[in-house]
Parts: sequence; C-alpha cells; structure tokens
Amino acid sequence: MPFITIDNQEIEFEDGMTVMQACELAGVEIPRFCYHDRLSIAGNCRMCLVEMDKSPKPIASCAMPATEGMKIKTNTDSIKRARKGIMEFLLINHPLDCPICDQGGECDLQDQALHYGLDRSRYEENKRAVKNKYMGPLVGTIMTRCIHCTRCVRFSTEIAGVDDLGLLGRGENAEITTYLEKAIESELSGNVIDLCPVGALTNKPYAFKARPWELNKTESVDIFDAMGSSIRIDTLGKKTLRVLPRLNEEINEEWISDKSRFAIDGLSKERIDIPYIKRNGKLISTEWDEVLNRITQEISKHGKENTLALSGKFTDIETLFATKYFVQSLGSNFFDCRYDNAQFIENQRSSYLFNSSIQEIDNAEVILLVGTNPRWEASVLNARIRKSYINNDCKIGLIGKKIDLTYEYSHLSDNIEHLNDLLNDRSPFSELLKNSKKSLMIIGNSAINFRDGKEVLNVCSEIAKKYNISTNNFNGFNVLQQDISKAGAIDIGFYNNDFAQNFDQKIKDHISKFNPVVFLLSCDEINHSILEGAFIVYLGHHGDVLAQLANVVLPTPAYTEKSSTYVNMEGRVLQTTRCYHPLGESKEEWKIFRSLSNNFSQKLRFNNLSELRNEISNLFPVFKEINNLPSSSKLDFGSATKIENRVLEYNIKNFYMTDVISRASITMANCSREILNKVA
Amino acid sequence: MKHPGMINIVSDTSNEIFEWSERNFSKVKIVIEKYPAGKQQSAVIPILDLAQRQNNGWLNRSAIEKVSETLSMSFIRVMEVVSFYSMFNLEPVGKNFIQICRTTPCWLRGSNKLLDVVKEVTGCNLGETSEDKKFTLVEVECLGACCNSPMVQINDDYYEDLNEDNFRKVLLKLKNNENINKGSQSGRRGSSPEKN
Repeated sequence: MPFITIDNQEIEFEDGMTVMQACELAGVEIPRFCYHDRLSIAGNCRMCLVEMDKSPKPIASCAMPATEGMKIKTNTDSIKRARKGIMEFLLINHPLDCPICDQGGECDLQDQALHYGLDRSRYEENKRAVKNKYMGPLVGTIMTRCIHCTRCVRFSTEIAGVDDLGLLGRGENAEITTYLEKAIESELSGNVIDLCPVGALTNKPYAFKARPWELNKTESVDIFDAMGSSIRIDTLGKKTLRVLPRLNEEINEEWISDKSRFAIDGLSKERIDIPYIKRNGKLISTEWDEVLNRITQEISKHGKENTLALSGKFTDIETLFATKYFVQSLGSNFFDCRYDNAQFIENQRSSYLFNSSIQEIDNAEVILLVGTNPRWEASVLNARIRKSYINNDCKIGLIGKKIDLTYEYSHLSDNIEHLNDLLNDRSPFSELLKNSKKSLMIIGNSAINFRDGKEVLNVCSEIAKKYNISTNNFNGFNVLQQDISKAGAIDIGFYNNDFAQNFDQKIKDHISKFNPVVFLLSCDEINHSILEGAFIVYLGHHGDVLAQLANVVLPTPAYTEKSSTYVNMEGRVLQTTRCYHPLGESKEEWKIFRSLSNNFSQKLRFNNLSELRNEISNLFPVFKEINNLPSSSKLDFGSATKIENRVLEYNIKNFYMTDVISRASITMANCSREILNKVA
Repeated sequence: MKHPGMINIVSDTSNEIFEWSERNFSKVKIVIEKYPAGKQQSAVIPILDLAQRQNNGWLNRSAIEKVSETLSMSFIRVMEVVSFYSMFNLEPVGKNFIQICRTTPCWLRGSNKLLDVVKEVTGCNLGETSEDKKFTLVEVECLGACCNSPMVQINDDYYEDLNEDNFRKVLLKLKNNENINKGSQSGRRGSSPEKN
C-alpha cells in the first residue's frame, strides 16, 4: 500500500483515498462544510485547505486524490491564514443571529468559527438577504444562513433519489430552492436537516422548542418500521422533542425516515393514561384494581380456555412473552400475531426474516422485489437499494403495481402469477438472475398476506434455490417485514396454526363461537367487525378506533417510555431504552399480566424486568445476544406449486399514517395532505 | 440592477403552453444525436437556446418544462442551468435585446455615452424593456470585440465602432423596422486599420 506524509508522520493509505481521508487516518481533523462521507465530492466550501509539497497554492484536501509520496502539512501558519480567509468570506453574508438560531450549540459554522473566525468584521457593506423557501411541512428554512455547501442538493439527488432541490443562480445570487417551492417529495427529507452544517434547513416542528444542551439524549431503537434503525431520542421532561439517527453501518447508515423522525408529536396526542371501563356504552375512567377485577370476572365468565390475545405493530417481546404465558396458564392456546394475515412457515426462521442482512444489499447485482414497495415499507432500506443501483449498476425487477421507487427497475408483472414463469425460466428476468453472482429476492407483505401466502413462500424458495439466490453459504431469500413486532412474535411462537391462512375469518369464527375475552395488545390494524361478540380488553397508549370499541381500556407506555426488546427484520435482537417514566397511570403490559395472573391459579414467575428477560432468554436462546446478526440459515422448505392468478395490491396506502402514533401526529397529517394528496 | 437572466424565479405570467415547432424539433433531434446514447442531458444548453429562440427570446415555465421533458431531466436541473447562464432570459424581452458592453476597453472608448444614447432613444433603463416592447437593455461584460470598441450586441449581431451619432441612427432604424448594416458602423472591414 502507498505511503503519504502528513505533518511529518508517515502513514499507509488505501488507493483511491482523498487527502482528507488520509489525514483522518493519521488522526488529523480537517475542518469542512461541503464534504460528507456519503455524498459525492463538491469541493466548494474550501474550508479543508491543506498545504501540499511542491504546490504553490493550498489545495482542497477533500477533492485531491492522495498519491504515493505526497507531503501534506495541515497546521502551518499559511494554512491557518488561508482557512481564516475562507471563514471570513463565509461569514460576510452569514447573519449574526446565533442567539435565535435553532442550530445554535450544534452548528458546524459556529464551532469552526471558534477556531478560525476573526473577532471583528472588516466588511462594511450590507449583508445579503435571501427570501425563505417553502420546502414542505417538515423542513423549515432560513435561507439567509445558507453557505451554499450543496449537501442538501447532493443528498436529495444521490441518496433520496428525488431531484427536488437545486442551486439556482450563481455567485452573489445563488440560492437553494425546490422547483417552484413545492414540498420535498421524499420519505427521507428530514435528513437534510442533519446534513445542513448551518441553521438554514431546520426541523420545522421542533423550531424554537429547546437548546441542544438542555435535552436528555437517550440512545434507542426506532420502531416505525421493521429495520430497527438506531436513533437518539431527545427529550425534555416528559416530552419527546426530536429524534435523530445514530450511525449504524449495518442497518441505517446515518439516515432515518421522516416517519421515525417526525411522528413523535403523536406521542403527546390522544393518549390513554388512565384505565377505562365501558358502562352503558360509555368509557368511564376508573382505578387499576377495579379493571383488573373486572377482567378476572369476565375471563371466568366467558370461559378462560377460550381467551384470545392478538398482538399489534409495536408489541415488544416482553409483552408477547408475558401474554403468551398468561393465556397459556388459563389453558388457552389462542394467540396470534398475523393481524395483517401475512403468512410464514412454522419453525422455519428463514421464512420470515431478511436473511441476507441489510448490509448485503450493497453488494447485490440483481434484486427481485416481489409484492413490496420498499420506499414505503422501509425507506432507509430503499435508499440502500438505490445505492446499489448507482454503485454496482444493480438490476432490479419488480412484481407488483408500478410505483416510483427512486431508481429504474424492470416491471415484470402486476400479477403474483409471474412467479410461475420465473420458476419455469419463462420470465424476462430469468437470464439476468442466472448470470448474476449475487442476487437478492425481497418478498413483501403484500405478496404473502393472502390465503396462498405459504405457497408463495414455497415457490419463492424454489426460485431462490434454482437461481442460486440462496446457496450453501449465502441466503438471499428475504422477507421484508413491515412491523418491528413481527419477527419477534413469530420467534417466541406467538401464533396458533388454527388461525393461519385466513386470519379475519378464523378469528371471527372463534369469537362468534365462544364469545371470549380478547386482549388486544395495541392492535389497531385489524378489521373491527371480526371482534363482534367478544369482551374486548384493549392495552395501548392511543385512543384509536379499537380503544373506543373496547370494553376495558388499559393504559400502557409508548416506546419512549419503556425499555423493551424487539427483533428486527434481519432477526437481530434490539433493545430500546426508556427516556422518561410512563405517562399517567400507564403500566407495562408484562406487569399487567403478572398482576392478573395473581387472580388465577397459575402465577407468572417473574417479578421484574430482568427476571422476565432471563426467563425469555432461557426459553428462547435467540434472545441471549443483543445486536447480533444471526448466522444465515439455509432454506429448508419449498415446493413447486402453481401460484394462482392474483393482482398485487400494496397494503400501505399512506406512508405517513400507518400506526397509532403517526395517525395521532399532526405533522404526519400535514405531510399526507401536502405531499401525498398535493393539497397546499 | 439585475440582469433579466439572473432572477431566480420562473415567470409564470403567461399561460402559454410551449410546444416544439416541427422545424425546431428536428433540430433538437440532431443536437441530441451528437451525444452518446443515454447522455442526452449534455444537450441541455443548445436545446434551451432553441427553445428561447422559438419563444421570442425568453424562457417561460412551460418552455423549461418542455426542455426537461425532452431530455428526461428533472425540472430543477434544467432550472439550475437556466438560472446560471445570463444568456437565458427568464422574463419577456423586447424585439431587440440590446447588450451593451461596459468592460474597460469599451468604457475607455466611450460606452458611457452610448448608454445615455440608448436610454434616450429607447426610454428604458438598464434591465428594463421599453413600453412598445421593441427594446430590452442590459449591460454585459466583455464580448470579445475590444479591437472595434465600443460595441453592443443586439440580438445575435455585433455593432462595432460606435459613437453617439451612428449608434443613434442604428437604434432609430431598429425602432422604425428599417434594415441596418451589421458589424462596424465606421465602414471599415473587420478590424482593418482606420484611415485618418
């Protein structure tokens, strides 16, 4: 490997690195504004100037490729002077409004001005003022502060794949804007706020709410999609003020979707914080003792061996486990997590996981999407597919309705029937798959949430084996889960085979036959007509439709208020962290079931969270290790049945409103109005 | 003063829909063919120029959108190009688009006086269009004809060796839609030595 000398220190670097990257290897920090690891190089801020041997002028280290034998100096007087000069130019038109700027305290320009800024201005002319631009309900703009680094433009074009932002005009008149000032139409638009090195693009809902140093920062895991992105939750008292991404190369790199970032205002709206009981058709607030007694009576009255429990989008492992063992202790085996009717194959972990791992998308040559709209089901994952499309010219095929995925793809068919053609070599995609060294297959919920879901999985498995998508040491057969609760629920066996294939009908039959007590674990996405005749106990944190239908409503903490375990779509066990205590009288679900079990013969054995977690990991060894990617298992199922003709419909109709929190969020309501329905 | 081309907004006053004329569309195809397949975006500047010529010297929103559609580019990318180059006008211009050179050689040879003349004859200031829509006046930097300075460019043609008298004549003829000679107004060929 070649060598480079940086500040008299000789270091080895990899071919293709820039001088700036080599400096970072040497542990020298170079100030920068426009350069960003994940974006293309622009080289327009000039802050990263360094001195190069034999060059009469300083060079921009971010844009200069490092070469063998280069001698770089980063801390000479002339470099300091050069950077001071650049900083002075940047500050000519930058307003001195730090005291009222939301970026204050976490601003790159502020930090670097501390080192390179002059203490007075030599510029007597007027500062330039730029009209603010409208960029939608999420991104606020104070364009006078813009220093034209074009990070936001590069992000939206390269990563988000929407050509919405641009730099118009030139020189003194240059301005960042969207075309005709419309909203940015991307699910990742919030990331431009993090990228902006100054306070030009700011978090609109968070505007003027707090200063970064006042906030409690909790590292946690995002639950709005099944990726389990790493996030940081910033709270003040019992209020979640903002969510930021954390760097995690294996999952979300450093992006999160707009729903994860902005739906949090829903956490303080329409909350359930005390228990309710329905009397004369009205929900009346009451005490915990009373509701628990009532539930106990009702369970005995309705026949405890028929008690039913249904999980929802955000149900964590602790809840699922406690529920399952509580229901089993009543002598019932009726619980299920297939509220969306998505099928899987029992005891085959690879039939419901994203087996290849999310990171492997970067190396894929061919990706086959079956009944999935990754842009809405896992936006950050879609950005990875786009990255692969750009970097390795990855070919993408889609079976499902035509949609804008931000990259080009060949549309194979609207009909799931096309899988038959793929299996029999009659698809236009067959040739590509055969010649590719690494292909992935991504199966969405919409392909398998039907009564033939299992057959679809079986046929897909055959296709995966046939085209070497799945080999002995690599498994490219992936199921893209939509909900963070799903993989974990299946892992701990929170399902009953009696309810397979046609969830709605079978639950309806069960309920109309036994009229049992039904526990809904923040389960809001089911068709409520199937619950007729049941005594409904709703456990959740938002007063959505089903809470209103319930006979008893029990308040539980939202994801920021409890520490819980989830399994993401890859089968990785993740733990969230509590940011503040639950609102009102909310209690964790496992505590509720623990105290309910006191009223019955068989008590649950755990008394606190660590005992519960111990018990879970004793029974299910998967949960022993946190954050570990499970080793890819082979595909041990599959049969070549004929798939029947069915036109695929994506089950997410509105990205911004998929769950109780985002439905309660005003920000998300604004987004769906302005971005999806185009009402300004 | 802002050059009309330097205004970063799309003027949407006219609701005219821009469509390629048959003749121009065949030219568009020829231009695009000069570039490798899939790289048709490289043709954006010549094609914007064609659109501007067809649209009476300026680009309205519909024209920009037509160009982006023709080249399968996003609007904002075309808009970036349009707003960067001062040769593209984002506001309606008069029939005669006068670009008066004010860089040092022309200025030394009296471009200031020409400016007075043009303001007097057309009645518009820098950056303005006259009421009869016959003239638009803007100042530009060096157009590379310093040897015959002072000079102005009117639409596609250079008018050189100007002084107050002959420039006034040129403008009046333009105002009355009369024919005028392009190039040097002192009668010399190219930059041949002046006799006197």
